[in-house]
Amino acid sequence: MKKSLTDHILDCTGRIVIALILAFVLLPFVVVATASLNDSAILSFPPKSISLRWYANVFEYRDFGEGLVNSLKVAAIGAAIAVVAGAGFAYVLDRYDFAFKATLNGILMSSLVIPNFTIGLGLLILSAAAALPRSIWLVVTVHVIIVLPFVVRSVYVSLRNFEKRYEQAAESLGGTPGHVLLTITLPLLMPGLVSGALFAAILSFNEFTASLFVVNQSTQTLPVAMYNYVREYADPTLAAMSVIYVAVVAAALLVVHKIFRLEKVLNVE
Amino acid sequence: MSSEIAPPVSVDAGDPPAVKIDGVAKSFSGTVALEPVWLKIRRGEFLTLLGPSGCGKTTLLNLIAGFLEADAGELFIGDELVTQVPPHKREIGIVFQNYALFPHMNVAQNVAYGLRTRRVSRAETRQRVREALDLVKLGDFADRRPRQLSGGQQQRVALARALVIRPRVLLLDEPFSALDRNLRTAMQVELKEIQSRLGLTTVFVTHDQSEALSMSDRIAVMSRGRIRQIGSPSEIYDRPQSRFVSTFVGDANLFAADLLGRDAGAASLDVGGTRTSLATYQDECPAPGPVTLVVRPEQCALTAAGEPGTVPATVALSVYQGSYAELYLDCPAAEGGRAMLRVPASEALAAGTTVGIRLPDTGPAVFAREDEGAAA
Ligand SMILES: Nc1ncnc2c1ncn2[C@@H]1O[C@H](COP(=O)(O)OP(=O)(O)O)[C@@H](O)[C@H]1O
Ligand SMILES: [Mg+2]
Repeated sequence: MKKSLTDHILDCTGRIVIALILAFVLLPFVVVATASLNDSAILSFPPKSISLRWYANVFEYRDFGEGLVNSLKVAAIGAAIAVVAGAGFAYVLDRYDFAFKATLNGILMSSLVIPNFTIGLGLLILSAAAALPRSIWLVVTVHVIIVLPFVVRSVYVSLRNFEKRYEQAAESLGGTPGHVLLTITLPLLMPGLVSGALFAAILSFNEFTASLFVVNQSTQTLPVAMYNYVREYADPTLAAMSVIYVAVVAAALLVVHKIFRLEKVLNVE
Repeated sequence: MSSEIAPPVSVDAGDPPAVKIDGVAKSFSGTVALEPVWLKIRRGEFLTLLGPSGCGKTTLLNLIAGFLEADAGELFIGDELVTQVPPHKREIGIVFQNYALFPHMNVAQNVAYGLRTRRVSRAETRQRVREALDLVKLGDFADRRPRQLSGGQQQRVALARALVIRPRVLLLDEPFSALDRNLRTAMQVELKEIQSRLGLTTVFVTHDQSEALSMSDRIAVMSRGRIRQIGSPSEIYDRPQSRFVSTFVGDANLFAADLLGRDAGAASLDVGGTRTSLATYQDECPAPGPVTLVVRPEQCALTAAGEPGTVPATVALSVYQGSYAELYLDCPAAEGGRAMLRVPASEALAAGTTVGIRLPDTGPAVFAREDEGAAA
């Protein structure tokens, strides 16, 4: 087919726009990745000489190690709680009608518009008033509140798209509602639940603002540890940390992706 | 309406119906999906619910299965009142158009599902699963995943899964409409064979009138949430009781006519200027006045143009169909100006030929014009 001149121009413009957007999105990471290799102790750009010493520093700095452990704990526990609670809530929303259903849904979703620092501050005030210790559970609670609406949404959407004929077939075959839930609904929703949990874990792992209010030295999460570090030092350690961070999250996503592809191969769908 | 049809051979006159639907109705937020329906399904009978899309067939089936709760009326399976009984206690087999095989289980696990819920022993389960798969000729496919099977094979697994629990009633909702034509015909034969061998009470839903005619002991023709007529296939085809049924089941030529009167069972008619008199099967004829005369293509004969007593027409198109040809005729007396006749392929006529249509003296039906409004 012959293209007109305008088509050509539109075509070129389109490509340029896409390239610009990509560059725009990737630019911060490219800059940071480059800066992480800078041998000198100032965050200058571009680097004059190359070194991996800031990567070594990441692993040597104790707050980062402890922060990572805290972050992983909070993300794992928080995501697990959020998925169980969120899936249960989404199931009830999808299947049952009850008084104040819309109100309840609204309240839950409202935490999407309540900023993270408000949630952190709120829990801080509450825990102080109730004289609760600043334990890791306080951090977990804050994170669950923050990620729950996302999990509910994502499970709710999978439930809406769920082919109810599977459940009907199982019921006609004598499956009680509970048995059908365990043998049909849950296994078929599993991919949605796993990705919901993963999404929650990533959100939690990245969370900073609310955590800042509720952590102390022993419960500080990795982002908070990084923030505290940058207040004291201005060397490229954080740039190195960013690169590690991206690599770890990307690796996690890749593993999950592989698992699901594997399920496809096994025809589990 | 016509309850005098011979019941299937295995039925005792005194038997209670396998399913009794007593004034069951259903609306969805104010919109009526099913008007109150009364229906008795006989033991061992193959009953088809036939009607255009949206007429309430699936709704009725879901009510029998218990997936929907009736707004009114009562439902009996055998002599048990099941209106309030949940689906898992109804012992009904069901087969859907999209098969709904559990994708995370293999064929054998799918078929065994209904036995596991019943806590049937392992040995018996294995035995019955094998029998069920043999019945649908899939004995070698027990370890396959549903996705590794063709549509026809998946539907046979779904059938085996429903049959293995020895259901009191088998429900099928347009089970073959996703299959291509040859496969569909093969599956129809297979289902019919299995059904009559097992003497299984079956409710089959379809919008395909030829499928309904070829498989059913009785057909319930539905439109707009109502059952319009129930009867054997030949009764539905040869003695439709409404214009809707006559046009939905089989081909029909409709002539705008004036009913002049009726004596000794014969109706005298003016069909676009042609006077004719014919005997209808109807117990009640509409009052004299404008009527629609419904004539099957095979009830009409083709004559030379101008023969007395024939309706004049002109050949518009001849469609070759192998053993026969369909002649589409421009016919001013026909509704929409069109009529259709079938002739042996060797007797097809060229477009433009003027002909006469000879109406039969017995067989067709006349319906009052008002009835047309009720057609869906
Ligand atoms: N769950 C539902 N909610 C609202 N309307 C429905 C629902 N199920 C069916 N209907 C409506 O009820 C009518 C009958 O539907 P259905 O029984 O599925 O027809 P059929 O199976 O004959 O095509 C249709 O108008 C349909 O839109
Ligand atoms: Mg339907």
